[in-house]
Amino acid sequence: MINKVYSTVAEAIADIPDGATVMVGGFGASGSPIELIHALIDQGATDLTVINNNTGNGEVGLAALIGNGQVNKMICSFPRSSQSKVFPKFYKEGKIELELVPQGTLAERIRAAGAGIPAFYTPTTVGTVLSEGKEVREFDGRPYVMEPWLKADFALINCEVADPLGNLTYNKTARNFSPLMCMAATTTIVQAKRLVERGEIDPEHVVTPGIFVNRVVEVPHQVHEDTLIVQGRSYP
Amino acid sequence: MSAGWTREQMAARAAQDIPDGSYVNLGIGIPELVAQYVPEGREFIYHTENGLLGMGPPPAEEALDLDLMNAGKKYVTAVPGAAYFHHADSFSMIRGGHLDVCVLGTMQVASNGDIANWSTGAPDAIPAVGGAMDLVQGVKNIYVITQHTTKTGEPKLVHQCSYPLTGAGVVSRIFTNLAVVDITSEGFQVIELAPGITFAEVESKTGTTILPPK
Repeated sequence: MINKVYSTVAEAIADIPDGATVMVGGFGASGSPIELIHALIDQGATDLTVINNNTGNGEVGLAALIGNGQVNKMICSFPRSSQSKVFPKFYKEGKIELELVPQGTLAERIRAAGAGIPAFYTPTTVGTVLSEGKEVREFDGRPYVMEPWLKADFALINCEVADPLGNLTYNKTARNFSPLMCMAATTTIVQAKRLVERGEIDPEHVVTPGIFVNRVVEVPHQVHEDTLIVQGRSYP
Repeated sequence: MSAGWTREQMAARAAQDIPDGSYVNLGIGIPELVAQYVPEGREFIYHTENGLLGMGPPPAEEALDLDLMNAGKKYVTAVPGAAYFHHADSFSMIRGGHLDVCVLGTMQVASNGDIANWSTGAPDAIPAVGGAMDLVQGVKNIYVITQHTTKTGEPKLVHQCSYPLTGAGVVSRIFTNLAVVDITSEGFQVIELAPGITFAEVESKTGTTILPPK
C-alpha cells in the first residue's frame, strides 16, 4: 500500500541538502508552510535558492529562514511589503541575490516545468527593462518574450486536507502557487492541517492529485503567519 | 487651490465607464475605491490575482478568515457565486484577455499609452513588480486613476515616461482629479473636465500637448 505519510516535519525535510532549490508555497501569509520552514531552519541547510511570490513577513517562516543566513538567492515577484524587514536588510547589505519575475510569468514558469514544457512566449514585460536580453518573437503581428520553465529540487507546501496518497485540497486563497509548485519540484513535501483516510476526499474535489506529492505530514494545530506576526514572534 | 474631483469622486467617475457585467481587476490605492461606487443597476465581478473571482468587501470581525485575502494582502470576503483557483489559472484570466477592465494607479502615463507604475529606477530601491506587467498586457481595457500632478506639482501625464515602463502603449483612459482623458492617435484628448476646472488649467498641469474637449 502506498503511504506517503511522515510522522514529523523534521523527518519530512531531513534530506534537503546545502545548495538546493526550494519552492515555498503561499502568497504573503496565506498558505505559508510555516512549520516546514521552521523545521528547515532547525535542520540548517544553507546556500539555498528559494522561489516564492514574496520574501516573508516579520521574523517567522520564510523571513526567518532568510534571517538565519540560509538563503543565497530569492526568485520572486514582490520582495517588498509593509511587514517585510529581513529581506530588504539582507539585499541592501549585498547578502542575498534577487531574480525579479512578474507574478504571472512566475506562475507560468512553474506550471511549465511541471507540465514538461521547457519554455513559452508571453506578452508580459514586452517593451520593459525586464525583457532585456531575452528572445522576442512575433505571433500574429504582436511581440512576445520567451521565458524558460522553472524547476526545483523540493517544494514545501501547506494544504487543508491530505490523504496518504498525497491528494490535496486547500482553503480559499491559501491555494495560490501551491498546486503549481507541487508539479514542478522533484520532491514535494506537504504539511496538512488534516490527514484523512484514503477515499475520504471526493475525487471530484481533489485539487492536487497525489501523483504530484511525495511526502505528507499532518500539522493539526497550525498558527497562521499573520497571527505570529501580530504576536511579535520570531524563530528560532 | 483648484476645485476638481476628490479621490472618491475620481473613483465614482471611473465606475461610470465600466459596463454592466464586467469582470474587473482593481489596483491598490484609489482604484480600490471604485468598488464602493458601482452605478445603480450594474454588477461588476471582481478578480484578485491571488486566486479569487467574486471578491467582496472586507469581512466583519466574526467572519474573518486569515486564508482569504486579496492581492494587496488585505482580508476580504467572497460573494455568492465566487470561485477560487490557483495562480496559473488566475493569470490565464489576465493574460488570456478574459478580464474586461483593469483600473490602476500610476506614477506616470505617456500620451502614447505607456505606463510607468512599478519602479522609480532608483539604484538603492528594491525592485518589486507583482502582477502589474501581466495586467497591462492582458486585460482588454486599462484605465488609470491618478492625481493629475505629483505632490510636488510635477505633471504625471507626460510626453515620455522617465521611470521604467510597466507596459508600452497599453492605457486607454485616464481619470484624474481635473479631467477624464483618452489616449488617442493624436495623443491626450480631454473628454470631460471636472466641475470648476478650465481646460487652460489642465493644459498647464500636463507635461505635453493635450487636446481640449470636442
